Amino acid sequence: MNIRILYFGRLREEMGVAGEMFELPPDVSDIEGLRARLLARGGDYATAFDPRKAVRVSVNQELARNNTAIKLGDEIAFFPPVSGG
Amino acid sequence: MPVKVQEADFDVGAEIAAFRRADPGIGAIASFIGLVRDVNEGDAIAGLSLEHYPGMTEKALAGIIDEAKQRWDIIDALVIHRVGALKPLDQIVLVVVSSAHRGASFEACEFIMDYLKTRAPFWKKEQTAQGPRWVEARASDDQAAERWHKG
Repeated sequence: MNIRILYFGRLREEMGVAGEMFELPPDVSDIEGLRARLLARGGDYATAFDPRKAVRVSVNQELARNNTAIKLGDEIAFFPPVSGG
Repeated sequence: MPVKVQEADFDVGAEIAAFRRADPGIGAIASFIGLVRDVNEGDAIAGLSLEHYPGMTEKALAGIIDEAKQRWDIIDALVIHRVGALKPLDQIVLVVVSSAHRGASFEACEFIMDYLKTRAPFWKKEQTAQGPRWVEARASDDQAAERWHKG
């Protein structure tokens, strides 16, 4: 079983996809670790996860933080700061 | 239904009439309507598209309403937020809050909007003469939400 990653807003455009299935490496246990792993893939990932740009995250549709734990089967979304209303 | 996310426009009069009919104990209704402006950051805006995170959006809005109900003595709240293509003068969002007396409705309505602005997963992309651009979150919105945090 993998994790599902979704992208919204600027990140969806930069990634060119709305989401993907991702095989969670056994040594990645939180959002910070996942972000580092994605950033290291380079290319579109390096653009989308550029540390100079604000990226927010949710785990299973709840707002989350860098230290939020993740596990197999989770739905994780990355997106820019929200701008509704 | 206290939360609606929809492409269609809404009729404020009809929504409030249906909302207040639910409980004869309602003595006050406060409402807020957000609109698309024709200018932002000094540039003319031809229109905008609103994207959201289906599923999380509804949960986030319901959660904000629940929190308002815990903090204020309100009877109920309704949030309608549009998504998709919108143009200047269009309605974007409606918040309606009911209570026995006005104080709770006024405050809870402002609280719901401040939290919606910073916690509900919506993203705006606006069309300008220079092309489309994503709307950046505003620091003033974070500050507006911050003032409701419990000390």
